[in-house]
Amino acid sequence: MTSDVQLYLAAALILAGSLFSLLAAVGVVRLPDLLTRMHAASKAGVVGAGLVLLAIAVVSADSAIVLRAILGILFLALTTPVSAHLLARAALKAKEIRALSQNTAKPEQ
Amino acid sequence: MTGAAALLWACWIGLGFLIAALLLTVFRLVRGPTLPDRVLALDLVTTLALAVVVLVAILTGFYLYLDIAIALGLVGFLSTTALARYVLKRADARRQEQ
Repeated sequence: MTSDVQLYLAAALILAGSLFSLLAAVGVVRLPDLLTRMHAASKAGVVGAGLVLLAIAVVSADSAIVLRAILGILFLALTTPVSAHLLARAALKAKEIRALSQNTAKPEQ
Repeated sequence: MTGAAALLWACWIGLGFLIAALLLTVFRLVRGPTLPDRVLALDLVTTLALAVVVLVAILTGFYLYLDIAIALGLVGFLSTTALARYVLKRADARRQEQ
């Protein structure tokens, strides 16, 4: 069975994770540029969902659930940077965003 | 307050935060000036829906929902990759038209 400490820890993890998710959404709405919005969504979003997944790993007494939750965290942490990089690269090549400085970044190559 | 009650309250408050986050992200999805903005908002909607599904799993005690969450993460990654390719292809097609 789950002890009281586990339940309190899971509650704290859930609150922190959902707060991080809310911060990611606020960043996506409030920030001015595609790249800055991507910075908010792909970092704070992963931490938010990861903390909630960690909470279910803490609260469940089953080892299979713990394994699945940790697998989900690993999968999320591996795939989100890749998809964010792909999207930023596609947007830069499609000239949907301006390069930050003409001298340092050339979108043509 | 016992641990179980604290977990219940945390789940409901977390669901409220996540619903607020989903509404904000949908605002960006509708508003988004360019196509990559909308793709980014869709990606965040998938991640937030994953967190909602996990919270529902904790609330109801049906831990099978965790499999749905993992599958949702997989589909979200694939869809973002495909939409990024679509952004590239659309730009290429426009360049050839000109």
